[in-house]
Amino acid sequence: MGHYLNIIFTSLFIENLPLAFFLGMCTFLAISKKVKTAAGLGIAVLTLTAITVPINNFILNDLLKPGALAWAGQPDIDLTFLGFLIYIGVIAAVVQIMEMVMDRFMPGLYNTLGIFLPLLTVNCAIFGATLFMVERDYTFGESVAYGIGAGGGFLLAVVALAGIREKLEYANPPAGLRGLGLTFITAGLMALAFMGLGGLKLG
Amino acid sequence: MAETTTRELLLRPIFHRNPIALLVLGICSALAVTGKMDTAFVMSVCVTVVVACSSFVISLVRHHIPSSVRIGIQIMVIATMVILVDQILKAFLFDLSKQLSIYVGLIITNCIVMGRAEGFAMNNPPKASFIDGLGNGLGYGFILMTVAFIRELFGSGSLFGVEILKLTSNGGWYVRNGLFLLPASAFFLIALLIWFMRTVDPDQQEKN
Repeated sequence: MGHYLNIIFTSLFIENLPLAFFLGMCTFLAISKKVKTAAGLGIAVLTLTAITVPINNFILNDLLKPGALAWAGQPDIDLTFLGFLIYIGVIAAVVQIMEMVMDRFMPGLYNTLGIFLPLLTVNCAIFGATLFMVERDYTFGESVAYGIGAGGGFLLAVVALAGIREKLEYANPPAGLRGLGLTFITAGLMALAFMGLGGLKLG
Repeated sequence: MAETTTRELLLRPIFHRNPIALLVLGICSALAVTGKMDTAFVMSVCVTVVVACSSFVISLVRHHIPSSVRIGIQIMVIATMVILVDQILKAFLFDLSKQLSIYVGLIITNCIVMGRAEGFAMNNPPKASFIDGLGNGLGYGFILMTVAFIRELFGSGSLFGVEILKLTSNGGWYVRNGLFLLPASAFFLIALLIWFMRTVDPDQQEKN
């Protein structure tokens, strides 16, 4: 259990997707003006990574890897080169299904998150989480933990940034720095703060 | 867009409508690979190739794509291009492809590529789309190389891995500035670059 907790903890704070690897930047910067919308976006990302990372892990280990198709009598086939195409397809499909399910059973939540869902297919944080899972060769259990941690890290960072930006509304920066420039500097300072957690370990 | 010349198509995205500085697209990968000049260079070339080729292909088949599934088709075209680039990198530049790690794959979700496909290639002929893609790739590369130049020069005292400022650890005079190797410095540098570009060209400033 400690091993899994450690993966969650590391991906939440130390290897935070937006602040340490710059993933999901486009949405991270664009949708962080208000805490409420930022929280909605963050929860959507968390749900998606928690679902897609394990699914992609399953596909990688049981369909794509060399020898994975042995049960079908094809032990020599190596399909890993198809990886990108399949992962992005899975993500797009899950987004679509989630949208339909939420529309049918949770209309309230759908109205809050609905607008972000199509955007999230091309969110680097979600795709990046899958690619990190592939690169680090996680087992299925580890990939579940990583999916939760990675999405949670995004939620944490985007809500914190939105909180800071709400306060910055009252500041009066130089004209050229207004908006995007100031947001970048804020994100940079947050990245420095998160680095302070580096090296921490649970258990 | 009959009146825009090829020259304008190519140059406009580099300075006036830079995809990173003005439109906030595709920064995800832009920041992560800028610690060194050579990774930034390879990444810029990859993105330029992918965005130009995928715009070209999408523009070729634009009349046959039903609009309800266009996003899916665009992603499939882009993903195929990225797989090609990735396999070529792995075959010929294995070390660099290891350093770029997941960021080559992330070109698929780079908003610049999708943005150009959706915003330009769907309504314009193949040749113009190709040039537009090329211009946007170069605009992306321009920012990437600028940031990488500063980060590598001050962070490691070298450019393209060749030592320019002699480090104290090698008996020289330059003490390396570790801050420039941290992820955070990329945020600051891009912020300063945006500030600079928006001061030179006040049209790009955001209104309150």
